Amino acid sequence: MRQLLRTPTGVIGLALVAATVILAIVGPPIWGEAAETIDAGAALQGASAEHLLGTDNLGRDILARVLAATRFSLLLAVLATVIGVGLGLLLGVLPSVLPRRAARLVTGAVNALVAFPALLLAMFTAVVSGLGARGAVLGIGMAIAPGFARLTQTLAASVAGADYVAAARLLGVPRWKIATRHVLPNIAEPVILNVTAVLGTGLVAMAGMSFLGLGVQPPEYDWGRLLNEGFGRIYLDPVVALGPAAAIILAGLGFNMVGEALAKSAARTSASAGPVSAAEVAPDDSAPDADAVLEVKDLTVTFPGGVTPVRGISLTLAPGEIVGLVGESGSGKSLSAFAIGGLVPYPGTVTSGRLRLNGTELTELGQAKRRKLLGTSMAMVFQDPMASLNPALTVGGQLAEVATVHQGAKRSAAWARAVDRLKHVRIPDPEKRARQHPHEFSGGMRQRAVIAIGLMGSPKLIIADEPTTALDVTVQRQILKLLREVSADTGAAALFISHDIAVVSELCHRVVVMYAGRIVEELPVSELAGGAAHPYTKALVASLPDLDTDKGEPLAAIPGTQPAPAEAGTGCAFAARCALADQRCGERPPLKEFGKAHTVACWHAGTVEIEVATR
Amino acid sequence: MIIENLTVRFGSFTAVENLTLEIPPGSVVGLVGESGSGKSTVAKAICGLVRYEGRMSGVDPKRVQLVFQDPYASLNPRMTVGASVEEGLSALPRGRRKDEVERLLSLVSLPPEFAGRYPRELSGGQRQRVAIARALGARPELLVADEITSALDVSVQGAVLNLIRGLQAELGLSMLFISHNLAVVRYVSDVVAVMHRGRLVEIGPAERVVGAPEHAYTRELLAAVPRLRH
Repeated sequence: MRQLLRTPTGVIGLALVAATVILAIVGPPIWGEAAETIDAGAALQGASAEHLLGTDNLGRDILARVLAATRFSLLLAVLATVIGVGLGLLLGVLPSVLPRRAARLVTGAVNALVAFPALLLAMFTAVVSGLGARGAVLGIGMAIAPGFARLTQTLAASVAGADYVAAARLLGVPRWKIATRHVLPNIAEPVILNVTAVLGTGLVAMAGMSFLGLGVQPPEYDWGRLLNEGFGRIYLDPVVALGPAAAIILAGLGFNMVGEALAKSAARTSASAGPVSAAEVAPDDSAPDADAVLEVKDLTVTFPGGVTPVRGISLTLAPGEIVGLVGESGSGKSLSAFAIGGLVPYPGTVTSGRLRLNGTELTELGQAKRRKLLGTSMAMVFQDPMASLNPALTVGGQLAEVATVHQGAKRSAAWARAVDRLKHVRIPDPEKRARQHPHEFSGGMRQRAVIAIGLMGSPKLIIADEPTTALDVTVQRQILKLLREVSADTGAAALFISHDIAVVSELCHRVVVMYAGRIVEELPVSELAGGAAHPYTKALVASLPDLDTDKGEPLAAIPGTQPAPAEAGTGCAFAARCALADQRCGERPPLKEFGKAHTVACWHAGTVEIEVATR
Repeated sequence: MIIENLTVRFGSFTAVENLTLEIPPGSVVGLVGESGSGKSTVAKAICGLVRYEGRMSGVDPKRVQLVFQDPYASLNPRMTVGASVEEGLSALPRGRRKDEVERLLSLVSLPPEFAGRYPRELSGGQRQRVAIARALGARPELLVADEITSALDVSVQGAVLNLIRGLQAELGLSMLFISHNLAVVRYVSDVVAVMHRGRLVEIGPAERVVGAPEHAYTRELLAAVPRLRH
């Protein structure tokens, strides 16, 4: 409701609907008598102070008649909507309840009805079931039903394919219960939104039927009937026709606007206002690392409402070095990579004390220069290669585009380089493959093509975000091998992001562990299995079954869950799940030196208890 | 359950071809394979969710339950945890269902007050526990677990695997445990079956298949398993 009042459409719509409903309640008692009072002496008058909208052929006041007719007009529209929506819902849900053959029959029938013009359907039904209000209501109801059935059917079909419906079926839940318990509640929201709009349409359509003489018959009257009676005099006294017309338009518009506003507020994502309080980070004064490919200091990503999924992480990558960034979903590892690549989605803001790529401070560059630098010296590989490739273009064309856009190469030269790069990532028969579309490639081949796109420039840094998670283990091994070769050949550094600590240990030289937006440990890969110092890293290593795990022992498990970015608190974020947590952990431990190239953020690191507790 | 000559076709594509597999009572058979190998189709066929040719015997088809891969999709977001678990308890008189829901939740180590919560208030691991509790409520003769840990974070995966093993030992469940992860399958199963392109290429005791693989594909699969470097 509050959402509705935020948009002008919602406010105006609600006001119009409220006015209509109030008039429908108070109209007949107040103006009912005046509307029926016949005054032969005042027949067929135009607008006057006494009769603002004039009088009809029996001298009845038209304004009173319009106001009093609100109840009947609205009632007819509601009835028609109830019939239409009820019938539509029934027809729409039936296919997900009936056995296959019957379901197809119903779907076919609905499709045929949708193809039939609604107005014809309404008039046909109205004429067949007898002229009058009843016929018109039935007619409009029938006209509304097919469209609504189609909507319901589409919504229901998407829910009927859900796993929870399959689970219910397996549990032997009867079909009609699946429909009422699983399907209907999950499509209720869009259905209700549509009912409001349908009500508006129904109101206008009912008036249309009465106006055409197919609806309400005298002596009864609704807005359409009044419009019909006034229409003959429109050239003499326009106001007698315009009064009822305005009522129809305003009421119909009101319902439609409310429906529109409801749909909009439902479609809006929950991410809403709230000031962006980006952490102010002072630029780092210390001398930059001249050899580093990537140097990041105090990188923070903030979203409105004070949510900071990445909190002050610092990272340095040397040429040819492969660094693994591990953590659970929600630890901020992907967002860190996005921030480095300038890809954090709106409304997130990125701040950093230092963000140097190959010796250039990225934050000091303008948009265009920054994009060009990132486009040529950084390559990004994502989890789903199909999402990184345009399905409508050939693979070779997409590679060549990099060279023509970023390097200003001629088309033929760009194409030759594209073929060469495909060959470099070991795609067999690259000339032929370059002319194919992504769908003709297997998953592993697509990922190779994406890596080849990154190699079109001369990348100094490759950021790979879960590049093998969607691939099979045998293909995963090939891609890991390729990444290693590419890094060795080109001297590019690589930041490899993964949730799988075993994969990281196979590929990387150094491992960075993230938890709740912060780095909790950074260590050489050789230390991972035996020398990890943070309880979280130790637990991650222990919870992973390998081919030699003792089947008699339970796996190590970490109780609880990682806190959401907004709930991380001021202490150690892992404390709530840690067996060693004590008073000191109420204060956040800093990331400090633990050994050679090894840092850890834990008050208990290196103590005797940690060895015992994490056994 | 004994599966004989199971074949599943989708149009002209044969997803599973002539598969014969025995799941002895009270034991866990692990089914491992890569995407497209047909392992999930086997699960669907056993549960009667796809049409198949072949014979299945030994277990009442109505007493097979499935735990799905994605606990975010397998629970109705508009139903409380208690109502979801209760769906499988239609055989019980109404008065006893509430107690049974509590018993099932405690079986998967969830506190009874979870019955009143909605799936969105639960973490992935907790949701998967609810899905397991729901399946157990129907007192299945065979439980099919299709990639039940692959949508979970590593730190909860261990706990869910421990739970599955504990329940199996406690209740003597017969189970078909499907995963692409050979290490996970080995840890949970007594017998391991390897699928490749719709066919069963190797089957045997878990330790034997992992320790002394006979089929070339099994060896390839084993070599590709990422291992923590020591």
